[in-house]
Amino acid sequence: MASLDPQEKPLRPWALLSPALTAILLLLVIPVCFIAVYSFWLRTATGADIAGFHLDNWAEVLGDAFYRDILGFTIWIAFATTVICALVGYIPAYFIAMTQFRHKAYLLLLLMLPFWISYIIRTMSWINILGTSGVVNVGLQWLGLTDEPIQMLYNQWTVIIGLVHFLLPFMILNVYVSLYAIDRNLIDAARSLGSTPWQAFTEVTLPLSLPGLAAGSLLCFVLAAGTYITPLVLGGPTDAMFANLVFDAIITQLNWPLGSALSLVLLALLGVLVAVYNRFAGMGQIAKSFG
Amino acid sequence: MDDTKRYERLLERYRNGDLSRRTFLGLIGAAGTVAGVTGGPFAALRRHAQAATPEQVRFDGWGGVVSEAFREYAFEPYTKKTGIDVVDGTFGGADEYLARVKASQPGEFNIAHLSGVFDYVRYHNLELSTELNEDNIPNLKNVITALTDVFRNVTDGTLSAVPYDYGTTSLAYNRKYISDEEIKEKGAKILIDPAYEGKIGGWGEWKTRIWYGALQTDQDPNGIEDMDAVWDAIRTHRDLALKYWGSGAELMSLLAEEEIYVTEGWSGRIKALQDEGHDLGYYDPPGGLGWQECLFVLKGSPMAACEELLNFMLEPEVAIAVAEGQNYPPALDPTKVELSEKVKKLPAFDPTGTLSGLNFFDPPYWNSNEAEWSKTFGRVQKGY
Repeated sequence: MASLDPQEKPLRPWALLSPALTAILLLLVIPVCFIAVYSFWLRTATGADIAGFHLDNWAEVLGDAFYRDILGFTIWIAFATTVICALVGYIPAYFIAMTQFRHKAYLLLLLMLPFWISYIIRTMSWINILGTSGVVNVGLQWLGLTDEPIQMLYNQWTVIIGLVHFLLPFMILNVYVSLYAIDRNLIDAARSLGSTPWQAFTEVTLPLSLPGLAAGSLLCFVLAAGTYITPLVLGGPTDAMFANLVFDAIITQLNWPLGSALSLVLLALLGVLVAVYNRFAGMGQIAKSFG
Repeated sequence: MDDTKRYERLLERYRNGDLSRRTFLGLIGAAGTVAGVTGGPFAALRRHAQAATPEQVRFDGWGGVVSEAFREYAFEPYTKKTGIDVVDGTFGGADEYLARVKASQPGEFNIAHLSGVFDYVRYHNLELSTELNEDNIPNLKNVITALTDVFRNVTDGTLSAVPYDYGTTSLAYNRKYISDEEIKEKGAKILIDPAYEGKIGGWGEWKTRIWYGALQTDQDPNGIEDMDAVWDAIRTHRDLALKYWGSGAELMSLLAEEEIYVTEGWSGRIKALQDEGHDLGYYDPPGGLGWQECLFVLKGSPMAACEELLNFMLEPEVAIAVAEGQNYPPALDPTKVELSEKVKKLPAFDPTGTLSGLNFFDPPYWNSNEAEWSKTFGRVQKGY
């Protein structure tokens, strides 16, 4: 039988890891290095770039209140989205985890159904729901509750609604995995010791499901903070998020160096968040949700 | 790159005795090796990247009814006639497209339906222009001279594009809520009228916003003296607007669904909505914005195939059919070519062939301010 002792074949782990390491190197590390180098270049008036080591872009991004404000707005939108996803997503996750329904797998399949439709189409569907001649306005007028359409679209709340629609399944899946793993005997024990159902939930179920809730929150926050399409489709004139600034710099102004610096700022912010989560909860919880 | 001609030249030099047999075979062998090493694997990738080969030309346009017209009236007949495929791509705006071109390899993109002289200058400054062989485009003689002259001024008398159509970006309004008299009275200032707060739209593009900001502050858009006043007008518009639209499709949707009552809009798209039965008015305010579009050939393209396509697209039958399809008048001179009655009724159509009644971006003025104004607009647009 071949020996599994790494001391005998020290390169074997590296050989086994090499496909994954190569992919990470080529698809993540090298592109980020390119972006980092680019962020120190300068853009000329004609759109051509000047190579070199210039700190102008970084000075602008870190010193200008405009970028800080948009970053603050981005964090607010991502935070509000995450909180709503947590509150709204916990209930179906709890139901799916606790139900005795024979075909539980179908309920999980239903969670996946939205992913079969393009994210952009799902986002644009809100125009047909909340628009002036959308389902909600037509329904309200038909019921006689309003005389004319209510303006519901193109503000930060519709951006949040669009993001919740997109991210809710991520939250539900993470919480479901956490709830499903709880030993039911613990809940029964709490009940047999005199806890009410609510006390059993708050003292046993909820604390034990917190790792899943945290993993879902991390995913929702990171994905919401990096969104670009949703504010573009459902936002008003001033509802831009940080990714829209990157788009503007790179696409509209052709200022790739500035766009690179902006994207690294967002990457750093989200990277710190992931590092903090990993320090306290560990990334393993997220891996569980994806089987 | 025309490999066939290069091999033929080698063969000719060998036959003339300029090359030894050993050198000739060596060069052919080296060329074969290069083609084998780079051609095989990369040809497969290139196919996926939709790059052009001499048997195919990549064309990128604005999508929607414009691209439909190109496909139906130009590309399909062209492919039937010549056997050259046209790979048809779309973009949402010239800025987005330029970023894609900048990130691509020469030859990956070939012909683009670009907007106006402004883009022509920009692409030329980025060394993306070519030099068309006008002998291969005999139909160019039918094009309005004023349209080609502005391009020649940029590229030292040569052309990297052929003008193709023109139109206006003027005021589109819903007649149910805004009368023809009111729009004439208020002109461009209706876009900053608080009476229509939440029902105003606008293109989220810096040049158009600044042009209309200039009109709203009674200034010449090609010679703005008080830029602060223009930014203030843009801010006022932003605060009153429901949404900046980003594409022709979004413009049409916002007007058709009555999400907005008034915006500036592209003449062809508004005509398409009117033809669908929407009760929309379209008004050119004093100083309203005109533009021309061109078919720009990018550096690295198969020139002969591109020139053949351009000549085909300028055939009067094709250009008129495309014009009727996309609702923009063709660049053909009405004094040289008999245009259809439908074309003559299109918005912005100029029967004199001089386009003297339209106002265009002055390229040197706008290009010199591009970096500063586009950046500032990015901030103003987002609430600053």
